[in-house]
Amino acid sequence: MSGNITDESTGSWTAAARRQIERRLPWENLLPDRQPFYVGSWVYVFGVVTIAALAWVVLSGVVLAAFGPQWWHLSNAGRFFNSMHFWSVQVFFVFMVLHLWGQYFMASWREGRAPTWMIGVVTFAISIVAAFTGYLSQQNFAAQYIAINAKDAVNSTGVGGFFNVLNFGQMYGLHVMLFPIVVILLVFLHIVQVRMRGVVPPIGHEQKPAVTLNLRK
Amino acid sequence: MISQRSAGQTFEQGVRTVRYDLLKELAIAMAVSLVVILGLAFFLSSPDVPSVTIQSWAQADPVDFTTTANDELAGSSVTASYGPPYNQGTGSVQSIGPFSPQAWAGVHVNVDQPTDFVINPLKQAASNDAQLSGEISTYQGASADQQGKWHDAYATALKDAKVTDGKVTVADGDYGPVPAMLGRLVLLAQTGALDGLLLSSNHFYQTDYTKPLLFINDGGYISGLADGQHLTGNQWGMMNETGLYPGQTWLWLYTLWYQIPPFNQVSYTDLLVVLMMVLLTTLLMLVPLIPGLRDIPRWIPIYRLIWRRYYAQTKATTR
Repeated sequence: MSGNITDESTGSWTAAARRQIERRLPWENLLPDRQPFYVGSWVYVFGVVTIAALAWVVLSGVVLAAFGPQWWHLSNAGRFFNSMHFWSVQVFFVFMVLHLWGQYFMASWREGRAPTWMIGVVTFAISIVAAFTGYLSQQNFAAQYIAINAKDAVNSTGVGGFFNVLNFGQMYGLHVMLFPIVVILLVFLHIVQVRMRGVVPPIGHEQKPAVTLNLRK
Repeated sequence: MISQRSAGQTFEQGVRTVRYDLLKELAIAMAVSLVVILGLAFFLSSPDVPSVTIQSWAQADPVDFTTTANDELAGSSVTASYGPPYNQGTGSVQSIGPFSPQAWAGVHVNVDQPTDFVINPLKQAASNDAQLSGEISTYQGASADQQGKWHDAYATALKDAKVTDGKVTVADGDYGPVPAMLGRLVLLAQTGALDGLLLSSNHFYQTDYTKPLLFINDGGYISGLADGQHLTGNQWGMMNETGLYPGQTWLWLYTLWYQIPPFNQVSYTDLLVVLMMVLLTTLLMLVPLIPGLRDIPRWIPIYRLIWRRYYAQTKATTR
């Protein structure tokens, strides 16, 4: 049925949106089972490990949020899930930074991929703020002193009255609700961008016609 | 996507393709990262050094606590002159020429430190204590000049204070009702009552720790502990954690600026560092559009390592 424009669907916003999506992101682009032969370096693993770590960050965070702030200080299970959350964030950032620099040195913004790069950088920046609110929500000495240290920088920009790093309730709410939604949405957009345009070819690679054109998959 | 097959090989848009299972790759990455995370969590746990409370501060260092409370009453603490968003002071307001977003934003988190940190908690404690109530009245009835003299004299005396059974004693002098008031505040703090009184604002549930954190930060006790945990600003504190745990290491560049001139030599260090990071982040985002920055990957042939098989194959084909 896809691709059939009928009289009934003419003028339909829904049908137009479906046709746009089908045209710009067909299933074989979204979930391809083949990749260009040059996709064969460990650099390509950094992005997928970042996504995997984000999944563990979110899942461990959901468990921590479900049981509440006291749980991760006062019970062994809570402390263990807190540790999982802590280390998954570390893994997330290590691989995100590796992914970022890997993509930089591959000049991955080439051939119409600049939006993919830009969304990636914004994701990195928002992730830093998300992690920062997490460090402020730890309810321990580090959280206290990070808040004390950070307040002057935040206040100097004029946003301290609206983003009060000394207010645990505000920081915790932002950390468990707003920032995860934003990060997950941005990562989704980033992946969609990658799948729409495909993996960036090697520098100097020019797209050549196929050896033969007599067979279609 | 148009695919072609030739001699058992598949091409897409002229490029030979190979089998690649994205979902299997994701599943393996999930499994391996979970094993690593579980291992790290199991063997290394996570940092959780207990927070400082008003109680622990007053018990560990009652002289520092009393000196800080005296400063709060006298209006000579950091918080007293801080400025927006806490009050109308100017002591911590940062500006670069006429550019001062902190001043423009104004006061949004009102903190009246003598009332919030000292007078109000004492008044609540004085509800059944006529003597304390009288001392507060005496203090509030005195002129600002008289209050200032009491505070100055008491601050000087506190430098040689002695602590006996948690109580602070100083040489005799004309300090008015200040020692009695602050002596009672120390007792309130040492029992833990002041932790609750600083949070209360006519609501049962509390999650805003602005006032106790500002009060604690005005003293010297917490910065001494932070120094021991390498958390202070000149120790790259923003990117550190307590103990040997990794902190926000991704903030290394942000923290770096605080360590070097001219950033650490001006009165508006924070504002300058934040603006620098906003600029650098914007540049990073706009790399694809900036000649020079976008060409660096071509000049540094790391890409030849990443795609070494491609280039080796291309070289072999062109021979």
